[in-house]
Amino acid sequence: MSNLLEVKNLKKYFKTNRGLLHAVDDVSFTIPRGKTLGIVGESGCGKSTLGRTVIHLHEKTSGQILFDGKDISDVDKHQLKALREDMQMIFQDPFSSLNPRMSVSQLIAEPLLIYKKCSGKELEQTVMQLMDTVGLAQRLYNSYPHELDGGRRQRIGIARALALSPKFIVCDEPVSALDVSIQAQIINLMQDLQEEHQLTYMFITHDMSVVRHISDDIMVMYLGMMVECCDSEEIFHNRFHPYTKALLDAVPIPQVREKKERRLIKGEITSPIHPGDECRFAKRCPYADQICFEKTPVSEEICPGHFVSCHHVREINHLQENK
Amino acid sequence: MEKEKQSTPVIHKKKNSQFRNILRRFMKNQTAVFGLVIIFLLVIFALFPSQLSHADYTVQDLANRYSGPSAEHWLGTDELGRDMYTRIVWGCRTSLTIGLASVAIACAIGVTLGTLAGYFGGVLDNVLMRIVDILMAVPNLLLGISIVAALGNSITVLVFAIALGNIAAFSRVTRSSVITVRDTEYVEAARATGASDGRIMWKYVLPNALAPIIVQVTTSLAGSILNISGLSFVGLGVPAPTPEWGSMLSNARTIMRDYPLQIMFPGIAIMLTVFAFNLFGDGLRDALDPRLKN
Repeated sequence: MSNLLEVKNLKKYFKTNRGLLHAVDDVSFTIPRGKTLGIVGESGCGKSTLGRTVIHLHEKTSGQILFDGKDISDVDKHQLKALREDMQMIFQDPFSSLNPRMSVSQLIAEPLLIYKKCSGKELEQTVMQLMDTVGLAQRLYNSYPHELDGGRRQRIGIARALALSPKFIVCDEPVSALDVSIQAQIINLMQDLQEEHQLTYMFITHDMSVVRHISDDIMVMYLGMMVECCDSEEIFHNRFHPYTKALLDAVPIPQVREKKERRLIKGEITSPIHPGDECRFAKRCPYADQICFEKTPVSEEICPGHFVSCHHVREINHLQENK
Repeated sequence: MEKEKQSTPVIHKKKNSQFRNILRRFMKNQTAVFGLVIIFLLVIFALFPSQLSHADYTVQDLANRYSGPSAEHWLGTDELGRDMYTRIVWGCRTSLTIGLASVAIACAIGVTLGTLAGYFGGVLDNVLMRIVDILMAVPNLLLGISIVAALGNSITVLVFAIALGNIAAFSRVTRSSVITVRDTEYVEAARATGASDGRIMWKYVLPNALAPIIVQVTTSLAGSILNISGLSFVGLGVPAPTPEWGSMLSNARTIMRDYPLQIMFPGIAIMLTVFAFNLFGDGLRDALDPRLKN
């Protein structure tokens, strides 16, 4: 098996007072071992829910998750604990994801203690080693998170995720709460760690430049559904879905004189509560016609490794059938 | 690198210093230390009453009833001419024991119930909170009266009766505090790491939900001591000759206009105890929070 993670038709619905909210709807993807899948999309499109559902922080509604060749869709409490040794998560906000009552060493030791990996002197050694790995000075051993800046706190979060030497880490916008200068440091650290420990990342973000830097593949989500999924360089050159086009057009270019043509999205977002059988982007799509409001598009492999869910992908992009 | 190697021994020295850190933060808080000193004195009074005052608190001097403070009777005498100072010193033992024991029991049970209800929510929360509602619906005094009436008049029963009345408040306070902590991201992070529910409650939720509980301890302590007086008032408190602040207070209530000092001294004793525990509790709450500057 070269794919570490395989997700098939994953669905996660939330019950709300106004009805069933389709947070993640029929999403399928694979992540090869040692690679990074970047997941992008606007706020509320279900990227975080997807990440959390994959590692069982939310109970899925339906679908299948294969991890390392094993079906982990339905696991009991005991299996889940064993599973979490291999799947960890780095959280978005390093200010609220660390227990304020624990010191740096306690925070990093926590996973090791939970899984009874080591104790006493050995524990201390391991914690110091981990601090070294993520670039935390050892004098911070007894500090508390509130005494540290965002970058250092996120390093604690990374050290915690690494403590059990997992195979797979879900990174839920790990840098979006940080300053730009620190973002680069953390991203580089994560890339170095990936190489060193053969980690597989699922990298959730809304920052296109970050995702381009770190990802091997990119999946674009819109209102709980996958709209486009392909190689990360490909998406910057050859994007087929109208939403992806608009999304990438919205990325600012750091050049004063260059003016680029922007396709702006207009119209209302479809409600994620009880969406009908339609393309969820139809209300905002300039190319939408009758069929878009009648049928949910299925994902198609337009060219090898490039999946798009759009009824009119060929006409829009002047592609021929079976290209 | 060289520098970091050198710092290793320092870390070893500091490793188990969490308790010392808390102690240091506490000691910097002067009012809290003052509270601790008063508590310390009260404990000494409670432990050695016969050395610090007369050995017998029942000696009557009927010719000298309601006398004011004098060289012989420092705080005067009561309605039977018994030395007020002696009775207050001896009363310290009864009042502190009943107060502390009942609050400790109520706190242990109430915090457990509140944490479980707040953390798990759902059906468990509903069941536990309805039980608490039943406890709340009965006035504390009435609850105490019925329990003492049913089980007999002894200190153990009294402690139990007063504790039962305090459980509701503890579980309510704990529950609401736990609910705010339960949904924080660090609890979710702990769950993602693989921590069990028990560990999350003990190491993540409770420490962060502690502040209102400590405040509740100090208020309940005062309430409990006064509750004893309420029960004594209807004759179900501590049996007669045993001195106890609450009963002294309620005995003196009838003659308050003529001899105000009778009500003042036990009142001051209760006030001082509550005051000391309040200061101590506030200091403890702050000392336990590493986020506050040293």
